[in-house]
Amino acid sequence: MRYLLKIAVAAVLVAAAAPAFAQSSSIQVEKPWTRATPAGATTGAVYLTIDNKSGAADRLTGASSDVADKLQIHEMKVVNGVMQMREVPGGLQVPAKGAVVLKPGSYHVMLIGLKNPLKAGDSFPLTLVFEKAGNVSITVPVQASGAKHE
Amino acid sequence: MRRTYRILAAMSAFAVIAAAGFGLALTGVLGVPSTKAGSADIDIAGPFTLVDDTGAPVSDAALKGKPTVMYFGYTFCPEVCPTTLTNLAHWMQMLGRDADKLNYVFVTIDPERDTPEVMHAYVSAFDARIRGFTGTPEQIAKIAREYRVYYKRIPTTDGGYVMDHSAALFLMDPNEKFVGLITYEEADASAVAKLKRLAALAPGS
Repeated sequence: MRYLLKIAVAAVLVAAAAPAFAQSSSIQVEKPWTRATPAGATTGAVYLTIDNKSGAADRLTGASSDVADKLQIHEMKVVNGVMQMREVPGGLQVPAKGAVVLKPGSYHVMLIGLKNPLKAGDSFPLTLVFEKAGNVSITVPVQASGAKHE
Repeated sequence: MRRTYRILAAMSAFAVIAAAGFGLALTGVLGVPSTKAGSADIDIAGPFTLVDDTGAPVSDAALKGKPTVMYFGYTFCPEVCPTTLTNLAHWMQMLGRDADKLNYVFVTIDPERDTPEVMHAYVSAFDARIRGFTGTPEQIAKIAREYRVYYKRIPTTDGGYVMDHSAALFLMDPNEKFVGLITYEEADASAVAKLKRLAALAPGS
């Protein structure tokens, strides 16, 4: 009986720890990247691809990282020659069995209040927060400032 | 029959005038100047007094005598402004010695955050020849009005803000007359060709 209890406790602990793994069972994050930032800049933008393996839609509701004070999900659009950036209200929807790509000219995770400029060749950890999948930790490599993709 | 024609003619004329007026209003409001190069009808550019990135006052007189590439943005911008200035620095490299024939100016539309110190660090990261201009909100409003640049503060949920702003690079001749635009994400070959033509306007070219 005690042996079964130990197994049960262990199973519960493993299940509780699951969201802390780099990839959750439902959300896979691919090709994260960002660009080096100029001196004097206090913001940056992280791009990546989110793959939702599960049969239920999920939402990217936020993110955190030690490199910046706060992170927000934004969409960038150029409308009639005017650059517009808007926070994505309620978070970024990721369809069931589908993907969402965060890339220049579209969505990005905005880094606000960078503590230090991001330098090409560096990388840093970042945690994405999903409504259903919970926390997903990733490592973001920093490309050169003119980079077009990861 | 004749009366119908007269009414139709009047309505068409009105529609054309209204459309033209609306078009002009749109370009004014949205900060997208029409691209009729060198035309006296285009009322873009004008005198200004700002503060450069050493903290010294600077006026449009400082730019006269050389063609100018001017960009309006802000340093809190995570994507469009660093990309535009990176592209500009790249085009300056591609121009070789012709690059020295032009003025390059980055004007902030977020003067509250973009002090001369911040501007100096920022533009220096791209190319030493790019100057940063800031000023009081009134001084910035004046130059933005003259250049038909649209900008607007957009609050974010954390109590901060980002800025909507016109995304193009303005090209002026040595007399500060507007001659054209380079649009956001314009191809390198096209942008460099425009800058080469601009450099050819420099005296002694």
